[in-house]
Order: sequence, then C-alpha cells, then structure tokens
Amino acid sequence: MHRRVVITGLGVVAPGGIGAKAFWELLTSGRTATRTISFFDPSPFRSQVAAECDFDPAAYGLTPAQTLRMDRAAQFAVVAAAEAVADAGLELAELDPYRMGTVVGSAVGATMSLEREYVIASEKGQRWLVDNARTSPHLYDYYVPGSFAAEVAWSIGAEGPAAVVSTGCTSGLDAVAYAAELIREGSADVVVGGASDAPISPITVACFDAIKATTPRNDDPAHASRPFDNSRNGFVLGEGSAMFVLEDLERARRRGAPVYAEIVGFASRCNAFHMTGLRPDGREMAEAIRSALDTARMDPTAIGYVNAHGSGTKQNDRHETAAVKLALREHAYATPMSSIKSMVGHSLGAIGAIEVAACALAITNGVVPPTANLHEPDPECDLDYVPLEARDRRLDAVLSVGSGFGGFQSAMLLARPEGDAR
Amino acid sequence: MSTDAPVVTGLGVVAATGLDAETYWKNVLDGRGGIGRIARFDPAQYPSRLAGEIRDFDPAAHLPDRLLAQTDHVTRFSLTAAAQALADAAVDPAALGDYDVGVVTASSAGGFEFGQKELEKLWSKGGDHVSAYQSFAWFYAVNTGQISIRHGMRGPSGVLVTDQAGGLDAIGQARRHLRAGTALAVTGGVDGSLCPWGWIGQLATGQISASDDPARAYLPFDRDANGFVPGEGGAILVVEQREAARRRAAPQVYGEISGYAATFDPAPDRNRPPGLRRAIELALADAHCPASDIDVVFADAAGVPELDLAEAKALNGVFGAGRVPVTAPKTMTGRLAAGAGGLDVATALLSLRDQVIPPTVNVGTLADGCRDLDLVLDAARPAPLRRALVLARGIGGFNAAVVVTAP
Repeated sequence: MHRRVVITGLGVVAPGGIGAKAFWELLTSGRTATRTISFFDPSPFRSQVAAECDFDPAAYGLTPAQTLRMDRAAQFAVVAAAEAVADAGLELAELDPYRMGTVVGSAVGATMSLEREYVIASEKGQRWLVDNARTSPHLYDYYVPGSFAAEVAWSIGAEGPAAVVSTGCTSGLDAVAYAAELIREGSADVVVGGASDAPISPITVACFDAIKATTPRNDDPAHASRPFDNSRNGFVLGEGSAMFVLEDLERARRRGAPVYAEIVGFASRCNAFHMTGLRPDGREMAEAIRSALDTARMDPTAIGYVNAHGSGTKQNDRHETAAVKLALREHAYATPMSSIKSMVGHSLGAIGAIEVAACALAITNGVVPPTANLHEPDPECDLDYVPLEARDRRLDAVLSVGSGFGGFQSAMLLARPEGDAR
Repeated sequence: MSTDAPVVTGLGVVAATGLDAETYWKNVLDGRGGIGRIARFDPAQYPSRLAGEIRDFDPAAHLPDRLLAQTDHVTRFSLTAAAQALADAAVDPAALGDYDVGVVTASSAGGFEFGQKELEKLWSKGGDHVSAYQSFAWFYAVNTGQISIRHGMRGPSGVLVTDQAGGLDAIGQARRHLRAGTALAVTGGVDGSLCPWGWIGQLATGQISASDDPARAYLPFDRDANGFVPGEGGAILVVEQREAARRRAAPQVYGEISGYAATFDPAPDRNRPPGLRRAIELALADAHCPASDIDVVFADAAGVPELDLAEAKALNGVFGAGRVPVTAPKTMTGRLAAGAGGLDVATALLSLRDQVIPPTVNVGTLADGCRDLDLVLDAARPAPLRRALVLARGIGGFNAAVVVTAP
C-alpha cells in the first residue's frame, strides 16, 4: 500500500518576516533580507553579512521557560510547526498521538547555544578542561539536536516516529522526504515535518571563511547574495525554518482540507567525490532528478519551475546548471529556474524546507519567485533564472534541488493538487 | 521494489572491547569489559570519570595521512568499521552499479573533539586560525560523507540524529532504501565524544555514573543502578537485498532485518505511558512475528532506575514475566549513543550464528520491579536462537526496536 502524500499546512520563519505571508511577500517583491551581521561584532571576519531573522519568541507564543531551554533553531521549528498546524486546520486534540510523526532537518543543530556555552565553560577558549559547573542544564539538548524533534513533538502531542535528519545542506529536502515516507509506508497518518537551522555564530562564520565559501561583499550587504551572476563570490549565511503538515491525500480529502501540493517524487544521491567540492558535470544531481521523475512517473517537460539550490558560489551554480541540463535536456532552457537564496540567504539545513515552502506557495499562487541581484549572468550559467522580478505562471509541477557538504544531492517534485488548488 | 527483508552480509566493529568483530565477540562472550578511567584527558575535576574508551587504536594503521588531517576520532573509527564490514561481506562497490550502494549512519554529536579544538583556536587566537576542515569535520553528516567518498558509494544516503535510538533508526532507513530498489547499503553507527567539551555535555544529562569502580558503575536493572557509563565506538553493517546477496555469492548471511519500528514518548507533563512497549509491538507486527517467537532481547539497559523499571515493565507486558532471556552486553562497552543500535544488532546476529547469548556483566541483585526479568548474568548462555529483538531509547523520548532473524 503506497499512499499519496500532500501538504495541507505550512509555517515559515525566515529572514525578512516571520510567517508564510510575510515570507511570500518578500519573495515576490524581489527585496532582499541580507544585512551586516548584528548578532555579534563581525569585523574580525572575512564575510560579515548574513540574512538574520527578527524573531521575538514571546510574540509567537513561546513561554520564558521554553525560550530559556530551547536553542534558537528549536524555537524556530516550534513556531513554524504551530503556524503549519493552524494553517492546516488540524484539531490536535482530535488526532491519535500514536499516528502522528515528527521530522526535523538540521545541518548544524544547536550551534549558537553550543558556542555560547563553550565560551562560558572554557573562559573564552582559555581552558581545555572546560568547566561543567557553569553551563546550562540543557547542554545535552544542544549537544544532540534530536532535541529539536522532541520539542516539536511535545508541542503538538505526537507520539509516532520522530527523527532529526542531518545531511548537511540537503537536510531540509531530505527531512520532508523522510516525513512523506512515514505516511506513504503507513507508519503515520499525519507528520509535522520540515527543517530548522540558526547557524549565525562566530564559529560558523569562521569555518566558512576558512574555505572562502561565503561572500566577502561586506560593503553592499543587501546585494551580497548573487546566485548565477557573473560577479558572485560566495553564499550569504542565513537562518530560519519551514515546517509542514503532511498527510495522506485520502485523509485530507475526507476532512475537506485545502491542499497546497502533492509530493510526487524524491530521490537523493551522493557524489562520493569530496566533502565540500563538486564535480563540474553535475551528474549525481542529474541522476537524483531523473530518479525523482521516475518515481513520479513524470516526463521532464511537465516541470514548470525549478527551485534551484543556487547558493551563489562559483562552483555550485555551474554544477547545478549542468545537472539540470543533463536531466531536463532541451526543456531546461524553457523552464524558469530561480534561487530564493538571493533574498533569504542560505540557512544550511533549513533552506531545503524553506524552498519547499516557496514551491508550494508558487504552485498555489501561480507565481515564480525571482532571483534577486542577477544583472549579468555567468556565461556558463545560460538558463532562464528569472532575474529580479517575479513572474506569473501556472505551475502544474515544480522541481526543487539541493546540494550539501558531504556530497549529498537531492531532488523533490511537487505537483499541483487535482481539482481546485488551494 | 523489493518486499523481501534485507539481509546482513558484513559486520565491522570498533569498541573498547575489540577493534574488529571477532575480537569483540570473543571478549563479549568471555564477559571481559572495556570500561576504565578516562585516559584521553584528565577527568579528575569532573563528577564522573569512567568511560568505555577505545585504546590501542592506531589511526595511521587504518587510514592515509590525508584523511587523518581532516577527521575526528569518531570518523576514523567509522571509516575503519566500514572498511571491515565491506571486507567481511566481500563487497567491491566498484563492481556494483553507479548508484547501487548507499550509506545511512546515525550520529549524536558529530566529531566533537575536532570541534572543541577549533572553538578553542577561534576564541583564544582568532578566526584566522580555524581549520579549513571545520566546516565538515565536526558535523553530524561527516561519517556518512566520508564513507561514501572513500568507497565511491553514490546511492541514496542519509544521517539520523535520535540520540541512542539513532543506530536502529539508521538501519530502518537503510531498509527503506533497499525496498525502494537500492541493492546494498552500509549502515549502523559509530559514535563517541570523549573530550572535555563532549564530556560535560553528557554530564548534563544527570545520568552518568559517578562511581570510580568499573565493576560497580553501570548496573542496569540492578538494585544499585546509579547511572550509566558512556563509551565510544559502534558497528557498521552491510545490508543488501537477499537476491542481490545471492547473485553475487556473498560469503555469508548473518541474518535478516525482519522488523523495525520507532515511537516517541509523550511530553513529560502528560500523564501517558512511555512508547517503548508500542515500539516493540509495532516491530513484532512489522516482522509478522508473535512475541513467543523471540528467543532473546538485547535491552536498552539505561542503568537509571526509573528507566530500567520502564523497560522491565514493557518487556514483561509484551512477553510475560521471565518468558524471554534478556541481555545487555553494553555493560562491557558502555552506552555508545548513536553507536549502540548498530553494535547491538551486530552482537545479536553473532548470537544467532553461534547459538549463544552473551552475558550482562557486573549486575548482581535485581531491583524491585526488574526481578521477573530473565537477565543473562555473568556467563554466556548457550541456547537455540532464531530471532532476536534489539531495543534502543534516546534521551528526549526516542524509542526504536529491530527484529533480526537467523538466515
């Protein structure tokens, strides 16, 4: 028995505005949410820009105890999950806890809390034998980010399968796929799944500086994330979360729930090449796309929009362009493909889920979000990247792709629901 | 699509009780533990000082210099266990199709000592001193990524982070990939964070034994249970479709992964029962296996009185009091977080192979509420064994169960 899985609710915490509505307004306006880092003094670092969320946990219903206990990324996930549940019109009290699953993707877990606690315990790096008397009683929850799934599960009363998926920057796509599989195989009827990361912390900035992966365009932070542009020179670190209510199609129909999109295909592959490098031909990502199309029994020409990984590093954007051409052939040239990282930055493990939210909203609204800051395309990136302005377009099927450190390459296909869309 | 249960054809083990599967197994059967005072750093100032630390492991004997520079201990152990498992299964990934082999591992905290060193450089010397490898050497996906690269494995892969339940969840996910068509997967987990920064993270659980006596520190189900001893290591398994194993004439089949399930405990403030019993029942149902068919249980064995009691209650509820032998060979290695599930499954498969249940060491008088357990104490117990149940619980509320069956 393989059930069909649909998205009936979504919640987003993203730079530029909290909530799905603010998120979609930002994406379709073409404005950007990248700025000079405000969380700490970034002046010692090579890259000093990020896409930060203006997030007040109390304003979104978190108690002081929750705020004290949870890492920022866990807070994002709980808030996004609550929005998704409300959006789906789920009455939690009426659901069977045993049939509810929870899946959260995260690439780097509770980095901010861990670094904060490390600084205390080590007296700013002065002690190898760190002091356990001064740290948070919740240190273990930061040490093992399985706690993110626990917090979301507690907040919605779920007692079915729960997991954190951590595959670097494909965590978000992979977590949504894991959630969908729990429904498809019958392990759960409703899964609240998505991803969250809050990595804007000195150690993260320093580690990407060390490999020059992030942009040094510090003098123009609002235009620092430039996927596919010839002047691009690295990604802009971001943060955020997107969470979804996934359920089986029959269940959604029975309760008359509006559907954003059906998850019709997914596949992941590894490049087995390098922990951070990409082979220029893009063949593993192309294989993931082909395999996802196979699962969906879909022809490449059905795809109306490609949501790109589009991180804005030199190698990624060429790799990805090659992969999409390999998989979609001539149709690649006829398909709009954009990177929302130009506006909301790259929130590592979270971004894959945030991009799924963008795809679901694109299908529902019939609008393709643009690639901001794209003025002069790289000659080797010769597809239609929807520069600067959103575009109206009816979308029946959408492809979202991701690429992560560790060599992970993932592809997901979402389709417009049959009958009336949401 | 393949509906057959996948089979395990290769095992690799790195633990305090042995640096390969057969040495480990011999020591486990002899009841020889590997718990001792931490040597990797001076634990004198901390309230807990014992661990199942891996000693006498020479990374340079197993890995090239290029990999040594960019890896934490836990990744070196993982790569070593993966190479052993592939050799044991006589798999040459290059002989399989481009995308026929995947890697799914569990992790709890990543390469933590690597991370501590880089945090120290950042905060004591500045960002310019942070390693170019920090961006991936510490993170949760590092072991899957490095195994995939080293052996050229390009199939569907993943990483699960569900604390101690992770090893079983990884095996469950590998099974999904095999059912969807991937021929072979490398799975399980190898874990451990024996560095000061990792140690204080674990101390924060309040569950680490403060005893300095290796024979009295980790006593699951005992009336003197006083917490657990963390360890490092784990196991990597080669699992494959039964038909694929037959086709390539795999040198052995240890057994099949017949059932798997995961559940989550209710929130702490809800007055509802914990989820372990349900995970057991769901895994048995998944395996189409009545409780009476289980010949031995490899317990989670928390070593924390209320958690031991909950596990005893779940086992007695499903199987009837004293109706199934229960064991916890992890009393010899310590609890391995994401490494535990894979190692317990490997141990269970070796038990099925040799028809002997390894012992639980150091446990004496059972606690009230645990006395009905048929805990295999002190010495290995020969028994006819066809099916084993392996349990794991992760801090936060994760429960997982796997059923393995002799070939």
